[in-house]
Amino acid sequence: MSTAIAFNDVTKTFPGANGNAVDHVSLTIREGEFITILGSSGCGKTTLLKLINRLYEPDSGSIVLFGEDISTVDVVKVRRRIGYVIQQVGLFPHYTVGENIATVPRLLKWEKDRIRARTDELLELVGLAPDEFRDRYPDQLSGGQQQRVGLARALAVDPKIMLMDEPFGAIDSITREKLQDELLSLHRGMGKTILFVTHDIEEAFKLGTRVILMNEGKLLQFDTPDAIIRAPADPFVQSLVNSARAKEQFWENYL
Amino acid sequence: MQSYFQSSGDRFLAMLLAHIQISLLSLAIAVLIGVPAGVLCVRYRRGQKYITGLFSVLRVIPSLAILLLMVPILGTGTAPAVVALVILAVPPILMNTVAGLEGVAPFLLETASGIGMEPRQVWTRVRFPLAAPMILTGVKTAAVEIVASATLAAKIGAGGLGDIIFAGIGLFRTDLLLIGGISVALLSLATGLLFSAAERITMRHRTA
Repeated sequence: MSTAIAFNDVTKTFPGANGNAVDHVSLTIREGEFITILGSSGCGKTTLLKLINRLYEPDSGSIVLFGEDISTVDVVKVRRRIGYVIQQVGLFPHYTVGENIATVPRLLKWEKDRIRARTDELLELVGLAPDEFRDRYPDQLSGGQQQRVGLARALAVDPKIMLMDEPFGAIDSITREKLQDELLSLHRGMGKTILFVTHDIEEAFKLGTRVILMNEGKLLQFDTPDAIIRAPADPFVQSLVNSARAKEQFWENYL
Repeated sequence: MQSYFQSSGDRFLAMLLAHIQISLLSLAIAVLIGVPAGVLCVRYRRGQKYITGLFSVLRVIPSLAILLLMVPILGTGTAPAVVALVILAVPPILMNTVAGLEGVAPFLLETASGIGMEPRQVWTRVRFPLAAPMILTGVKTAAVEIVASATLAAKIGAGGLGDIIFAGIGLFRTDLLLIGGISVALLSLATGLLFSAAERITMRHRTA
């Protein structure tokens, strides 16, 4: 499999902050991997994601997508090739569900029929009946439904890379469970490269084929969930794994 | 009063039209100044102080004073009246434009550029439409103020419904005062209703 994303010694510092938000990170992600990025708030995981669609620019180092250094490509073009989903969903409230999904196709001036067909196809894909939801406004949907639309919008022009920033963070645990399972089967069916930021260790280990562990801007460990649990590379990783175990213990007391 | 409309119906219509014309012209100019100025304020934070400062100073000057001050500069007639009305109308439009544009959630703007809108498209497709209800509220306030204050413009020879009122004061004729006053009030009300309808259209996505 070819390399989808490569970070070469990337550092990003925000003015006025002590320490680097992203600190000399190098990593390689292969096409089709489902990578979860795990860490506590402020560890730099969101920054890492936003460096890929150039919402942030690195202070040093380079990022390469499919062999192309993104700093040499037009920003807008880079972004239109990448699906982007965030926790607040970010649906445009003045657009209907259909118009939201069609945002990028419309920017790319697709023909009307093609947009319509694609919108309906995506609504089906994320489990929303097109005739029922196409013309609704985001305000009329539940949180889970909104995030389904957010996912559909990100998939609209069939990007090879999907960036997801705690997409299920504000969703109740039953719906979240369901969305996680659906995302997993979507990933199996489409072979996209997904980067998924979360602070929830169970979510990270359940979804990720490999997990990036971050703390204070540094990449602590980048491996399969199995390998991380068996051999935590760092006291911080160890404590994360321990906290997950403790939670498990809590439920076992009730068996 | 019936006899007034029978004998001077044409004159009344002419004054009503003049009133509407002055108001529309002033409102149009105020929008053309207020909205772009608001956009500039939001884009260049440093300029905001000066622009909003200038207009809030101008705003505290009573409109009658501005009207009379304009006479030595622009003479009498429509031009000084329009200038005075524009000065009166810009602040609410400007303030609401700024508030509306700044009220759009930053994450929405970031998402818009994150999924691949060009900076200009973020403005025209997301930021502006979402600020529109707020901007329209400002325009409504301005429009109602203009319609009411345009009455005073008759004082400096700009015509309009104020002519009837001032004639009524001069001739001690209550019927003329009532006709003039009620007409202005109705026109203001109609203006307010018109803009409320427009606001509803821009807010149709918000369900109660």
